[in-house]
Amino acid sequence: MLDDFVLRAALAGVGVALAAAPLGCFVVWRRMAYFGDATSHAALLGVALALSLDLPIFGGVLVVALAMALIVAGLNGRNVSTDALLGVLAHGALAIGLVAVSLLPNQRVDLSAYLFGEILAVTKGDLAVIWGGAAVSIALLVWRWQALLSATLNPDLATASGLNPKREQLILTLALALTVAVALKVVGALLIAAMLIIPAAAARPFSRTPETMAIMAAIIGMIATLGGLAASFAFDTPTGPSMVSVAALLFALSAGLAPVFRR
Amino acid sequence: MSLISTQNLTLVLDGQTVLENVNIAIEKGEIVTIVGPNGSGKSSLLRALIGALKPASGSVTRADGLRIGYVPQKLQIDATLPLTVQGFLNLPHRHPRAVVNDALHKAGVGDLAKRQMADLSGGQFQRVLLARALLNAPDILILDEATQGLDQPGAAAFYRQIEEVRREMGCAVLMVSHDLHVVMAASDRVLCLNGHVCCEGTPEIVADAPEYRALFGTGTQGALALYRHEHTHSHDHTHDHSNCDGAH
Repeated sequence: MLDDFVLRAALAGVGVALAAAPLGCFVVWRRMAYFGDATSHAALLGVALALSLDLPIFGGVLVVALAMALIVAGLNGRNVSTDALLGVLAHGALAIGLVAVSLLPNQRVDLSAYLFGEILAVTKGDLAVIWGGAAVSIALLVWRWQALLSATLNPDLATASGLNPKREQLILTLALALTVAVALKVVGALLIAAMLIIPAAAARPFSRTPETMAIMAAIIGMIATLGGLAASFAFDTPTGPSMVSVAALLFALSAGLAPVFRR
Repeated sequence: MSLISTQNLTLVLDGQTVLENVNIAIEKGEIVTIVGPNGSGKSSLLRALIGALKPASGSVTRADGLRIGYVPQKLQIDATLPLTVQGFLNLPHRHPRAVVNDALHKAGVGDLAKRQMADLSGGQFQRVLLARALLNAPDILILDEATQGLDQPGAAAFYRQIEEVRREMGCAVLMVSHDLHVVMAASDRVLCLNGHVCCEGTPEIVADAPEYRALFGTGTQGALALYRHEHTHSHDHTHDHSNCDGAH
């Protein structure tokens, strides 16, 4: 039944949407948008690394994304103004990644596949990697949910409750790198951050608890994925960007409806 | 044995020594207030006591199984994070509903459980923080400028609540405060901090200490006078704003 490429694409998209939803909530709550950017843009460097060393793409991306996420998390912990620095890292990683891929010898790499994803080319093997990675990422967040929320609210308060905020940050970092690695094939390096942030932001007006926000984000993410897939067939548009466009439309709709839901 | 104490505690933040050789001890049931100018290491001391800062040297000793209720200086909840008061009190450990409601009652906000944190007023917010600190029936409450941002009646009401909590629960209270008049009225003991402990003792002793006067002047905007009247009034108006005892 997985022989239908449309079905595989839909399943891959749903897997990414599910993993991105709870993680995206934390990215929004902790104001880590640039963190998501830097990590996902670093994926391109991971592609270059994997291609040049003949490694699986997923492995290369996971390693480089994790390294970048750790660097950014380390900077975040310090008492320096990180906004500009994060911007440098995010865009620098993208540019250097593009250059690195173009320098690869005897490879005619289809750059747009890595920048915007190629969800319609997802294989059964890809599907296994995507769902496996998504499952691990979701499991990590569910396991540490209460602790992560506490550390997000206030690190000192978390410490006073016997938690280690640094460890929770590490869990989040790991989940982010994992999600970036599995999402690359689906939406591409440029738009992974969008799939993290937009569904979560769109879910905010309908949520009174963190848990409902994560679930709403998952639902909105799935609608965006499937809607984008359908739209890309109907209008013959690129699939990844179509998915993000639908998500952005849903966000606009949600922002318009927000006053109705505010008590 | 003291509930919590420090032994020659020295704290270094970003290469700067913020506290040096601090020895303090908090006993069961007492109210101790830390005063000191900005940057004198008050918050850092509290953070070291709860374990959020590692000592550069020296140590912090807690009584076995000590339960600490901590109220941070400020807590900003991002507007994108939906959270009810009830949900906030259940982080990171879930508590039975009765325990949550009881803590909210003790803090004087028994009717707010279902409200969104973002919708609370400043005073309500601080009381919810207090309620959270009361959840585990603490042996000691540690408050870091808990009335920051409250107007004077609000602050006074908050301190009354704390006294009531102590009466009811018998916990010790260690707080940082800028409200000197409150300090003098409500504390058993005052610690004057400025990179080190410059003086400590009952409010009367501290108010008379030259180190304290050097830091806060003699008048303290009339607040002290409320409680201490003329007999402590000094006509020596040399406002020496150098460090506490000249050791630095």
